[in-house]
Amino acid sequence: MRHLMSPLDFSVDELDDLLTLANDIEHYPEKYAHACDGKKLATCFYEPSTRTRLSFEAAMLNLGGSVLGFSSADSSSAAKGESVSDTIRVISCYADICAIRHPKEGAALVASLKSFIPVINAGDGGHQHPTQTLTDLLTIRSLKGRLSNLTIGLCGDLKFGRTAHSLIHALIRYANVKFVLISPEELRIPDYIREDVLIKNNVPFTELERLEDAIPSLDILYMTRVQKERFFNEEDYVRMKDFYILTKDKLKLAKEDMLILHPLPRVNEISVEIDDDPRAVYFKQAQYGVYVRMALILTLLKWR
Amino acid sequence: MLNISGINEGYVLDHIKAGRSMSIYKDLKLEQLDCPVAIIKNAKSSKMGKKDMIKVECPINALDLDILGFIDHNITVNIIQNDKIVEKKELHLPKQIINVIKCKNPRCITSIEQELDHIFILTDKEKEIYRCKYCEEQQKKKHRKS
Repeated sequence: MRHLMSPLDFSVDELDDLLTLANDIEHYPEKYAHACDGKKLATCFYEPSTRTRLSFEAAMLNLGGSVLGFSSADSSSAAKGESVSDTIRVISCYADICAIRHPKEGAALVASLKSFIPVINAGDGGHQHPTQTLTDLLTIRSLKGRLSNLTIGLCGDLKFGRTAHSLIHALIRYANVKFVLISPEELRIPDYIREDVLIKNNVPFTELERLEDAIPSLDILYMTRVQKERFFNEEDYVRMKDFYILTKDKLKLAKEDMLILHPLPRVNEISVEIDDDPRAVYFKQAQYGVYVRMALILTLLKWR
Repeated sequence: MLNISGINEGYVLDHIKAGRSMSIYKDLKLEQLDCPVAIIKNAKSSKMGKKDMIKVECPINALDLDILGFIDHNITVNIIQNDKIVEKKELHLPKQIINVIKCKNPRCITSIEQELDHIFILTDKEKEIYRCKYCEEQQKKKHRKS
């Protein structure tokens, strides 16, 4: 039995198969409409999430399966003090596969160690969010046709932004990938990513403070939200949240085939006037999120 | 001069940095052993000026000494059998450390989950970096589990 805790749990070949399956689902959804008949997905969400939870639920429903679960810690036995280990052992009796989101880092790993069914990490605090990374990879591969030979700009909260960290981890496995890291001094990429991941693997990268300076060289611009819940101090959040806003003027500097990705939800870091630009693919990205989760559920159930 | 008798079978941990013997006593869980243990503090040392020592009279497979490699790989471990030193054990960094240091990340699941072992994995042997198995936070030696 396999679980998904980090995007690196899958080899490049396994990832390639998964993304190919997701593309097949995209083009021939009817082939998969009953692939999970009689199967149940448990969505155990200990913190608020709209799109990730609904995306998982949509994925399972598209496959003909059904879903059960909870959407906040208050409505689960965690409110009574039950441990993650105990909860997952019980959920294992009710469902065939589980997606878990928890505010504490490593919670999904704890669940996977005690589970009798495949566990998918649907976000564990500021640590990992592998299905977002799979979504990002599928979006890039589908719309660019490749995951190698790319210059990728990551913009915004690179200190706490787990989606950016996971994407870097995943993309360094492909040839000739360069990163441009665009953030204020306070929200720069953590040392362990800079040193242990980028420098250690000889991955070229630059760190810039101005979005305008970075845009012209980029094939992909990955925007991130400054997440209020990752700050201990509200003053810091208010001071930094508007630092990096993508506007129509800034976009004029970009290549014609640059893609703009965003894990969503957007607050105001991408101006709505950009939404109709063909380079803005963040809503397509949300659709790819369903396809890749369908492929993931099928793959993990097959490996069980 | 303080005299402590020799041991027939067991360990002599020598060249412990002065003042560290009690924490090593705890890390090795020596309080759980039903056997003679001598702790010598601030002994004279030509090499270190002052040093601590620990003598443990016990079967030679009774202790998990891997953790010493993490605490201080300069400690000398003498293995005693039949009143003689039969081996000077070389210390290596253990691949994982369980329940010796505590994850300091307040966002880590170890901060709330009951009965969860605190496990750190050696991720970089050259830089001697350990990371929490759950949240991957790098350990700092001063955050010892109490």
